[in-house]
Amino acid sequence: MHSTAEVHPLYGLMAEFETPGQLVEAARTTRLAGFRNFDAYTPYPVHELDDAMDLHDNRVSTMTFIGAVMGAIGGFGLLAWASAYAWPLNVGGRPLISVSMFIPITFECTILLGGLTAAISMILMNGLPSPYHPVFNVERFVNASRSKFFLCIESADPKFDLDRTAAFLESLGPEEIAEVAR
Amino acid sequence: MTEQSDSLNLESVQKRLAQATGKSYWRSLDELFSTAGFQEFLHREFPRQAAEWIDDDGRRNFLKIMGASLALAGLTGCVKQPVEYVMPYVEEPEKLLAGKPVFYASGYPVAGLVSPILVETHDFRPTKVEGNPEHPASLGATDVPTQASVLGLYDPDRLQAVTYLDEARSYSSFMLSFLTALSQQRASAGAGICILTETVTSPTLGAQMQEVLKQFPAAKWYQWDGQGHGRRSGAELAFGQYVNPVYKFDQADVVFSIDGNFLGSGPGTVRYARDFASRRVLRGGVTTQSRFYAVEASPTSTGSKSDHRLPLKPSQIPVFTRALAAAVSGGQASGEVSTSKFFQAAVKDLLAAKGKSIVIAGEDQSAEIHALVHFMNQALENHGKTVLLTAPLEQKATDQYADLKALVADLNGGKVDLLLIIGGNPVFTAPAEFNLRGNFQKAKTRVRLGLYEDETAEVCQWRIPETHPFEQWSDGPAYDGTMSIMQPLIAPLYGGKSAHNMLAAFTDTPEKPDYLLVREYWQSKHTGADFEAWWKRAVHDGFVKGSAAAEVTATAKMPAAEAAVAGSAMEVSFHTDPYVLDGRYANNAWLQELPRPVTRLTWDNAVVMSEKTARDLDLKDEDRVELAVNGRSVWGSVWRVPGQPDGTVGVSLGYGRTRAGRAGTGAGFNANLLRSASSPTFATGVKLKNLGEKFPLAAVQHHFLMEGRAPVREGTLAEYIKDPLFVQKETETPPAGLTILPSDWQYKGYAWGMAIDLTACNGCNACVVACQAENNIAVVGKGQVLNTREMHWLRIDRYYSGDAANPRAHFQPVGCQHCENAPCEIVCPVAATVHDAEGLNNMVYNRCVGTRYCSNNCPYKVRRFNFLLYTDWDTESLKLQRNPDVTVRSRGVMEKCSFCVQRINYAKIMAEKEDRRVKDGEVITACQATCPADAIAFGDLNDPESKVSKWKREQLNYSLLGELNTRPRVTYLAEIRNPNPAVGEES
Amino acid sequence: MSQPVELPDKIYVGPVIDEQHTLASISDKVGGVVLRRKITLGWTFGLLLSFAALQGLAGAATLLFVKGVGIWGINIPVGWGFAIINFVWWIGIGHAGTLISAILLLLNQSWRNAINRFAEAMTLFAVMCAGMFPVLHTGRPWLAYWLLPYPNTMWLWPQFRSPLAWDVFAVTTYLIISAVFWFVGLLPDLATLRDSSKKDWQKRTYGILAMGWRNSARHWQRYEKASLLLAGMATPLVVSVHTVVSFDFAVSLIPGWHTTIFPPYFVAGAIYSGFAMVLTLMIPVRKFYGLDDIITLRHLNNMAKVTLATALIVAYGYIMEAFFSYFSADKYEKFMIWNRMTGPYWWAYWTLILCNIITPQFLWSKKIRTSPGILWVISIVVNIGMWLERFVIVVTSLHRDFLPSSWGMYAPTVWDWATYVGTLGLFMFLIFLFVRVLPMITIFELRMLLPGARVKESVAR
Repeated sequence: MHSTAEVHPLYGLMAEFETPGQLVEAARTTRLAGFRNFDAYTPYPVHELDDAMDLHDNRVSTMTFIGAVMGAIGGFGLLAWASAYAWPLNVGGRPLISVSMFIPITFECTILLGGLTAAISMILMNGLPSPYHPVFNVERFVNASRSKFFLCIESADPKFDLDRTAAFLESLGPEEIAEVAR
Repeated sequence: MTEQSDSLNLESVQKRLAQATGKSYWRSLDELFSTAGFQEFLHREFPRQAAEWIDDDGRRNFLKIMGASLALAGLTGCVKQPVEYVMPYVEEPEKLLAGKPVFYASGYPVAGLVSPILVETHDFRPTKVEGNPEHPASLGATDVPTQASVLGLYDPDRLQAVTYLDEARSYSSFMLSFLTALSQQRASAGAGICILTETVTSPTLGAQMQEVLKQFPAAKWYQWDGQGHGRRSGAELAFGQYVNPVYKFDQADVVFSIDGNFLGSGPGTVRYARDFASRRVLRGGVTTQSRFYAVEASPTSTGSKSDHRLPLKPSQIPVFTRALAAAVSGGQASGEVSTSKFFQAAVKDLLAAKGKSIVIAGEDQSAEIHALVHFMNQALENHGKTVLLTAPLEQKATDQYADLKALVADLNGGKVDLLLIIGGNPVFTAPAEFNLRGNFQKAKTRVRLGLYEDETAEVCQWRIPETHPFEQWSDGPAYDGTMSIMQPLIAPLYGGKSAHNMLAAFTDTPEKPDYLLVREYWQSKHTGADFEAWWKRAVHDGFVKGSAAAEVTATAKMPAAEAAVAGSAMEVSFHTDPYVLDGRYANNAWLQELPRPVTRLTWDNAVVMSEKTARDLDLKDEDRVELAVNGRSVWGSVWRVPGQPDGTVGVSLGYGRTRAGRAGTGAGFNANLLRSASSPTFATGVKLKNLGEKFPLAAVQHHFLMEGRAPVREGTLAEYIKDPLFVQKETETPPAGLTILPSDWQYKGYAWGMAIDLTACNGCNACVVACQAENNIAVVGKGQVLNTREMHWLRIDRYYSGDAANPRAHFQPVGCQHCENAPCEIVCPVAATVHDAEGLNNMVYNRCVGTRYCSNNCPYKVRRFNFLLYTDWDTESLKLQRNPDVTVRSRGVMEKCSFCVQRINYAKIMAEKEDRRVKDGEVITACQATCPADAIAFGDLNDPESKVSKWKREQLNYSLLGELNTRPRVTYLAEIRNPNPAVGEES
Repeated sequence: MSQPVELPDKIYVGPVIDEQHTLASISDKVGGVVLRRKITLGWTFGLLLSFAALQGLAGAATLLFVKGVGIWGINIPVGWGFAIINFVWWIGIGHAGTLISAILLLLNQSWRNAINRFAEAMTLFAVMCAGMFPVLHTGRPWLAYWLLPYPNTMWLWPQFRSPLAWDVFAVTTYLIISAVFWFVGLLPDLATLRDSSKKDWQKRTYGILAMGWRNSARHWQRYEKASLLLAGMATPLVVSVHTVVSFDFAVSLIPGWHTTIFPPYFVAGAIYSGFAMVLTLMIPVRKFYGLDDIITLRHLNNMAKVTLATALIVAYGYIMEAFFSYFSADKYEKFMIWNRMTGPYWWAYWTLILCNIITPQFLWSKKIRTSPGILWVISIVVNIGMWLERFVIVVTSLHRDFLPSSWGMYAPTVWDWATYVGTLGLFMFLIFLFVRVLPMITIFELRMLLPGARVKESVAR
């Protein structure tokens, strides 16, 4: 037994599965078993995992919406300010704020900021770029980006106990289990 | 400085000049000229062949060398007023402020007749020419060559050094040998001396010539000029004496022109255009027009303004004229020419308007025609009323063909030891049969005083640079004899000498300056007290008030019928070019690139023929053809022009110069080679041979039909009287509110606008050159014009309507329309073209990045783009000409008409200083100022009493493409003609 | 999320991916092209050839900077020539990429997975080529940055009413968003390359690019959301871009430009030319890299169908253009269309009709749709046709507008051609590099197409 104060020598335990189905099952069981700090690794997005692991993070959408709105306001604001206040000019007898002619640029600004926020917020929320991560210490983990499916229960989880957690993983019928060094 | 005989380079030359200053400057230059190294340098820097002007790239490269060349870099640096006391046009010359132009009254002789002008000078640099508003021959306007004269002044191709057998000499060394030659002639009373001049009209020069002939009684004085023979000899033929006809078109109800171009060029053209227009325009409720019949061997801008135009083969013109003369003098007209409706209607009108009609013959017509015309005017009782006869303007009027024959005889007789050729260019302009090139060489010593190293200079050992009229004192008459005093505006750029200096050399005061010569002449003629005051006034005004030539009474007789030349299937008629004239202005790039009113061609003359003729001969535009007349032949390019009589080709003279300079050399072909003294105006039995290849012609307009779009709205006087508003009905202009972007821009202060009266405009193009001179507009060269990249801010569109074979032609000056809803402005991504508070559509060169979107979106296509570096940054002398108030544009920026914003601002500053509004007529745009026909009005639209406001209230006023709701500030007054209903569609 | 739509002719044209493939085999096959395949002579030759063509652009651009746009054939009245024609052409080609990756994603078209990466790359390169022209064609290119809104001491801003200013925003936005979308799509595949590469420098390079992606389910969840959002925004963007490009013409008042039908008909034309270009590139690639089991006849068939569909829309555009010119009873419009058909540039108009309307009718035949050779030829013809369309729109409208006095002609110079061919060179050059350094097919999305990849099926086993 280790006190939670000091850092566990291991990052966690990792189980490898052959098929996505097994992984989804395993993930669901793990969660029902009360584990929270665990993660699944798949070569492609497996949507069933969202339910199995109860993943419902909508912050990306929120951020994107805010970005887009700011783009719209900022865009139109720039045009209006530059045309009507910064240096008002009589251009072809058109009004200083020619709303209909300002729409295209406003729209483009909306998309630009919206799109950038979407991508950037996703990358940052995923904690990327991350130059180092313990899971890569597992020899066979390279297959996570190729053909295999992994489940890793992290030592940071309060219920984590090396032996019992190992036994628990064993019960999920993985190909094999590996300790994930820090 | 003989140690310096090795080849010079520019640096060393300039270094050596830099050491010298003031008087010693000139001496060191003379010494420099005499070094062998300098020859080599001179020839290296001044290549003989200069056709590179046509190829614009080559031209610019060539200019780089030229610009750096010694004379320009060295001499133009020390431009200063001459030491004599000249009189500025403004009251207090000492008030000269930097940046404030000073105007001097002077004159510019065009083929002997002096155009009265005011020359705008900036810091003593002549930059622009305006007409002298107080002079009856100008009334403020000028003709085309006069407008272009400033460029001629700064022409870097001018002869820049005294040379002997191509070796540079000092003027003093010339004087030495010249005076020696003269002294040898004293024994024989000058029997070996022969002086060939242009037509001398300057009284001072005439007096000097008499003096010379007094000193050398046996010396010969011959005159030769490219044009005006028919006019002179015709008068002599009709009246038995030389007289000068002056026409009063403002008095004429009926005008009949026989191959005349009195609106386009020739004596009095500026005043004639004004007077003629004054009887045609229908502003201010006028509902009467004079009627104008024209017979033409080749279409001219003048004929384009006629109510009825009859194309005639040149061989038919004498026949027709005789028939007309018979008919109007109460005789019986014979021949089928007299059966046409045109003929009968014209005769009827002429007879009905006795004493109120004018019959006028073309400058290029023969003496016989001119004589017949004098006879007709007499029969129609026009003499003393619409046609005044005055004493001849020439100092010695002669039949110059006879002069030339005598000269050639002398030369062949080996009688000429010393041949002095002053001005002109006889080798080029004389008919081929005189073979002056060869015959001149029979004179032992040949001295040439000329502006250029031209075809005539080529055969002379001594070449003396002549002063440009702006560099010398002189005098001369306008078309009506009113005498102008010409004062110099700048010291001779290349140390030139005037004709006065030349003739002074014959006297015992060989070095007497032309200032004294002119002044003393007038002093000798002056009666009454205080010559000084009189002289000041005359120099100040630029002319002697009330000095018009005295009227003479003379009786014309019907000239004996000459054997009529038998017509032939193909004939050619020769016409003096309205711009380069007999070729004397061939090296003026402004004139070369100025579109000819009828052909719309630049940089070339062409073999002009009608559509039908071209079809019969299976020829297309720009086909290179050989033109052969009894043995002699030239080649030119075909250009089809409607209204040219079938079976006749028209060619203009003054082209095909072989030694004109970078602009003129190689432009066009020399039609002189086809002329003969016996029939200088036309030739029959012409053979045309298709050489089976193309020679491109640089036209600025390629489509001449209005395509039912009515850019020019026209009607007849009858239609106008029946329905004064007919113009307004052609298309509707949408209401101002009709837009998805309503705005409330208002122009409360000034609102500048322009109106152009199409009835008055005769397409002379003077406005275009004026604009070019005023606004530093670049010349682009033939290559660029071929790709429709000309830069003229103002262009004169020419359309045809009616009968395809003999259509009505319409002229329409189009510059920036300064639309209030400017399409160009909204599409510019950098706001480089925007409106100002006075409604000007401003072009901001510094901001322009050159997307050309504005030009694409301009429905009038008046914007011009610097596709390449068109402005000549290198030639020093050309820099002197530029207007300091106008930005010189560089490559990659758009430009266009600015309504002469620099003039507007000048007037506004003057007004603000006096705390008042700008008065109407204070702002005069360059085009408006120079328009001989007074077809342009400009001013403040917010002033209901301004001239332009009045014009815009006329019922004939309309907007070009108004249906696009661009709201142009420029509007047009529709063109109204006064055809004779009796003639009907047979125009 | 993506179920392959059941096409009636599925049996005939086969599945979207060869059933024999496994997760591993897919990864190795596609990754192998980058990691293991030797550099072939053909590839080297192609690269050098396109590089040579690229020099045309370099030379022409240099001369242009030295002498000015006057080296081109443009004049007054035809102020725009090849530069703008090529600009519109390239931008149009770009659109197919975004359409495939964004719109088809939203539409659940799983067959897109095999081609979207390549199409997106094509988009990027095409937009790069396009972006060059607006800069080069200005009279003073070194000042072209004045079109950008940046604070400056002159206190001057662009004139935002000008469609050219709209272009600046549209094209830059399009370039940035496409690049972002493309990179986001690349992340997992870069990870795959990182993990399966043997060489150390490859590991490092792809590792840095992959930013430490580790296929975490939690990441995938946000990743998919972001992709959907990007797709959702790229879709209106791609429509807006060519709409704005069409505004360059539609907002003006020149007959032949000033028409309301331009936006839809430009967008359709863009997709049309884009798909044609995808076919032009895909057919050889799939052959040379033996990818016909991944890019199957099914794909060609579908792309051919889209091409045909857009061809019909474009045809409708042409017909409407002519009809309204007549129906408007406007003398300028009437003359414009008549001049197009019978004027000095009649050949351009009728050739474009032949290329863009007649030729694609062959695609009604399933046999032709599924025979790569013929399809490739047709795609080339369409590319030419769409270029001619822009030529006709730009030149024939300008060369004879309102005042007959100002009518003129336009003829390109050798430098016009050099610039155009040069951008073709640049485009091919980038494509050649791309297929060697990045997976030209989205591996992780391919995996999703495999039967074994579906949870229920895998459970069933």
